[in-house]
Amino acid sequence: MTNRLRRILQLLTVTLLLSAIIPGYAMAQGSEPTDDEVNAIAKQLYCPVCENISLDACGTAACEQWRNIIREKLKEGWTEDEIKTYFVDQYGDRVMAEPPRRGFNWLVYIVPLLVFIIGIILLYRAFQIWRSPEPEIISKKNSKKSADKSTDEYINRVEEELRKRSKG
Amino acid sequence: MVADIGFGSLMITLIVSIYGLGAAYYGQQNRKELWVLSAKRAMSLVFPLLTISVGSLIYLLLTDHFEIVYVTEVSSRSMPDYLKITALWGGQAGSLLFWSWLLAAFTSAVTLRKWDRDQDFLPWVIIVSLATLIFFLILNVFFENPFIQYWQTPEGIITAFSTPPGGVTIFPRDGGGLNPLLRHPGMIIHPPMQYLGFVAFIIPFSYAMASLITGRSDDRWIQLSRRWTLWAWLFLSLGLVLGARWAYDVLGWGGYWAWDPVEISALMPWLSGTAFLHSVLIQEKRGMFKQLTMVLIILTYNLVIFGTFLTRSGLLSSVHAFSKSAIGPIFLAFISLTLIISLVLLTRRWERLKSREVLTSFFSKEALIIISIVLLLGILVTSFWGVLFPKISEMVTGQKVTVGPPFYERVAAPIFGGMLLIMIICPLAVWSYASFKHLGKLLWKPFIVSMIGIALPLYGGLTHWAAVVAFWLISFVLAVNVFEFFRRTKIRRKNQNDSWGSSLLYILKKNRRAYSAMIIHVAVVLMALGIVGIEFFQTETQGTIPEGGELSLASYTMVFEKLDIFDTDDARNVARATVSVEKDGQIIDVLYPRRDFFYDSNQPMTIPGVRSTLVDDFYVILIDWKTISAEGATFKVYHNPLVKWLWIGAWIFIFGVVAATWPDKKTKLVPVRAK
Repeated sequence: MTNRLRRILQLLTVTLLLSAIIPGYAMAQGSEPTDDEVNAIAKQLYCPVCENISLDACGTAACEQWRNIIREKLKEGWTEDEIKTYFVDQYGDRVMAEPPRRGFNWLVYIVPLLVFIIGIILLYRAFQIWRSPEPEIISKKNSKKSADKSTDEYINRVEEELRKRSKG
Repeated sequence: MVADIGFGSLMITLIVSIYGLGAAYYGQQNRKELWVLSAKRAMSLVFPLLTISVGSLIYLLLTDHFEIVYVTEVSSRSMPDYLKITALWGGQAGSLLFWSWLLAAFTSAVTLRKWDRDQDFLPWVIIVSLATLIFFLILNVFFENPFIQYWQTPEGIITAFSTPPGGVTIFPRDGGGLNPLLRHPGMIIHPPMQYLGFVAFIIPFSYAMASLITGRSDDRWIQLSRRWTLWAWLFLSLGLVLGARWAYDVLGWGGYWAWDPVEISALMPWLSGTAFLHSVLIQEKRGMFKQLTMVLIILTYNLVIFGTFLTRSGLLSSVHAFSKSAIGPIFLAFISLTLIISLVLLTRRWERLKSREVLTSFFSKEALIIISIVLLLGILVTSFWGVLFPKISEMVTGQKVTVGPPFYERVAAPIFGGMLLIMIICPLAVWSYASFKHLGKLLWKPFIVSMIGIALPLYGGLTHWAAVVAFWLISFVLAVNVFEFFRRTKIRRKNQNDSWGSSLLYILKKNRRAYSAMIIHVAVVLMALGIVGIEFFQTETQGTIPEGGELSLASYTMVFEKLDIFDTDDARNVARATVSVEKDGQIIDVLYPRRDFFYDSNQPMTIPGVRSTLVDDFYVILIDWKTISAEGATFKVYHNPLVKWLWIGAWIFIFGVVAATWPDKKTKLVPVRAK
């Protein structure tokens, strides 16, 4: 909590200092930002109340208020990143469309990638197995299995064929 | 009284189902066919019984019985009758009852088929489908009873089914009404389709389990359940399309898909179901991948239950999770149980399902299909993980995060590209053997034609490389399919000396399955065109303008003519703007974007005004207005290029699936059998 407060204070000080030091900075302020400028930032944010609806498309009063905050900040000359950081500091990481890439959150990005790579490896190995010459497999099987088992296999095969024939 | 009948028949259905399950098991174990027959009869009874229950609830909704808690929650006096009926699936308890009813329809239908040749499957199909039904009935009877009432007792107002001590029924004057978002034609069809798709997949799963339990390793279960699977797939696809359309028409964010967790929960069974359909195809043609087919149907079944769980448990908050309740843990227990049982069964039969066939070529049809299955599963894994991660993160770190569209799009976009690439080659590839040379021979002509797909966008000033690639892939797939149709018709014409028309008709009829598959793939490509259009080239603007004021976007200009605010008979307050759309100084259309405010539920609903052409959509939303309307109103305008192709493709897709599902003529089967 104190951390967050400190960051906000830092941000405020920096903004104040900047506006005091740079004369041109004050000139940029005051001009009314357009709805499109507000929406461009709102699109990237999600409010904690209406989950999964981005801020620019949400019609609730809370989101309206958030958009007004963006408008105010833009008027004061804040940049897009500063405004986003402001919302993250206020409401946590969940306002961003994606989890920030650090710590535990890395899992969300890494796991699908890992699964995909494992899938590719499995597929590649499977392809290799499937492509290996057939006679070898059969001869190995036959040599290992007892006579009973191979007749079993034969009967199974015949039965399967019969079933296939009588389909419909 | 009616509530008593409704709940009574619900209870009886549960008892009959439990009896049916027991009888089927007993009969199977002790080889007593009469018991199995009795179980079959019990299963055919569940549908009529549940129909009484559903009918009672509809009656209560239609006649404004607000002493019933569910009726008060989802209905109101001012709602028109057709909405009162759709309120049946507008809330938790009702939608679960509706779900069970649809499942009962399918299970009862299964009993109607002839079982002479597959007696060994019958008891197990009964057991698996009834077990699923019993689970949902238990939810309805013990946790989400749609027939409970309000009672006034000395301790205050309580809700219960039977009269509490000293309780007197309360009759509220009016109900809260249906969620306005659900009062849309799309919403009348979307949920039933979605549910039908969900429950229909339970039937192939039952057959699969029956096959595993009886230890048969042949394709019989696939033949028996093929049509069920296709119907399930059709309904699920329709559900997704209608849902997307509803979002586009009603939710007012200018899009059709937002990677919302509940959308994803409907997409996941579709992905695994699609993979299953393709795997079935290889199994039928080549006798390979039997294990994979089993894994995929088990996955689909569990994703169906999981999807229902996500929508119904209140675990997720989204536009779809309309109510919250405590049935989550029971759902999880059921999913774990079915997953474990089916996987144990699968491992027991694993060896037996091994195929003797081998893969002979990387360019063979089966190799290409297996790659596309892996791609489909890639989206599935990403979606699954993306939906679950916020919950996991909250449990582990206590920090809530959002996993939004950019996360999914990063994975889905290249995978869809990859699938388009496969769709280019697949119609030309043949089973078991295909060489690169053979493919190259067939590919070079369409390839040259597909260059139009690069040239045109570049000529039009397009610089987005991904979009150019997408357009090229799309035109390549289309070219390949058109050439293939042409080539095959030509061969037929040459051989039979027929006219072009009758040759085309002949080849379409002769191999309807293959050609409906081609139609479906072309439809997917058309949908891709729409998706590329809106994803890459959507532009938007917003502004507050007075009457007579203008907003310009793309090559269009909208003029705000006037704003009307009025009340309607069905208790809505409507604010409707009249907006004329101009292009090159000419008025080409008049749109009426509006905002409806529903008095009974205190909720607004935004309905855009859309001008839709094959080239683009001009989409206007009324965001806000000043109290004195002449002072102005705020509009948000979207320009969505090509999006209409998404809907056109979707309808062709549905047509293709229907064509594939349509029953064969009976006469076709007889000679085959006689041989």
